[in-house]
Amino acid sequence: MIFSILVNEGPYQHQASDTAFNFAKTVLSKGHTIFRVFFYHDGVNNGTRLTTPPQDDRNVIAKWTKLAQDSELDMVVCVAAAQRRGIVDEGEAKRNGKDATNLAPGFRISGLGQLIEAGIQSDRIVTFGD
Amino acid sequence: MLNIINKTPWDRPALDAALQCADGGSILLIEDGVYAATRGSASEARLKDAMGRLKIYALGPDLEARGVADRLTEGVTVVGYDGFVDLVAENKTCQSWL
Amino acid sequence: MTIKKFMFVNRKAPYGTIYALESLEVVLIGAAFEQDVSMAFTDDGVYQLKKGQNTKAIGIKGFEKTYGALEDYDVTKLYVDQESLTARGLTAEDLCVPVEVVSRAELGKHMEAQDVVLSF
Repeated sequence: MIFSILVNEGPYQHQASDTAFNFAKTVLSKGHTIFRVFFYHDGVNNGTRLTTPPQDDRNVIAKWTKLAQDSELDMVVCVAAAQRRGIVDEGEAKRNGKDATNLAPGFRISGLGQLIEAGIQSDRIVTFGD
Repeated sequence: MLNIINKTPWDRPALDAALQCADGGSILLIEDGVYAATRGSASEARLKDAMGRLKIYALGPDLEARGVADRLTEGVTVVGYDGFVDLVAENKTCQSWL
Repeated sequence: MTIKKFMFVNRKAPYGTIYALESLEVVLIGAAFEQDVSMAFTDDGVYQLKKGQNTKAIGIKGFEKTYGALEDYDVTKLYVDQESLTARGLTAEDLCVPVEVVSRAELGKHMEAQDVVLSF
């Protein structure tokens, strides 16, 4: 079965991203497919590589990055939500005249259409938020 | 439909709204939502009333994390992430009541 | 393209948090993809449609007008939960757009009929 996942909150403040991660891992381990993980609202904050959690805590962003790389997950950060919150890749930095980028490996920035497409292409879409 | 609730019934009206809208299907309590499934709480009666027409599940890892796994309301089924994925697959749609 | 039934469920009030505005943005994109889009407003979500919003003094862009523009995007199925309205001292006359006021049981039936339900 084809799943997609929508993450609507950032890391640490809410459990949403942790639950979504555990869910995604289990989906894959059971032999299902994940069409896309889409990050919206404050969920785009899961896509910054600049977080430095305490050493005895989990690194939520690094966990997503590793899952994306190990499982070839398509992880999309919503461009409109990302612009509001300062999540930037090289293309966005150039386009908007920003002096830095912070998008973590494994993530890409794209439009809201990718969320609708995920709804169309997937058998199930599960939202994690507040 | 699988209705996913992640807040306590005292924080948000999400559980009540889902219970009143849902006609059949299942409720899955996750994150802070699992407190609704604890014995002796004010939400116990509401859950028991709903059990005739809805199946109620609670996510085990969230119950354990909160120290309430041994206080589960009778009739609530505990599932792990494995069971969570199965519930999503078995139901035609799911809705997270955020 | 496949056409699916998308329902966007709004359960949060506007301005206090950004969910209502960003939900509207998804609705408009869903309509642009020519999907069968409907919206539900329940609990504090009914406040999104309260007419006469003026955000000038709080410094946040208002978006009451966007609900009025939904019709231009062929988004005409707006379901509002009667119980949530009543609990907040509101009636359909207090809302900025024409809606279908429904009971919770009816709302549940509409939800059951969807392919995709996204709640914000």
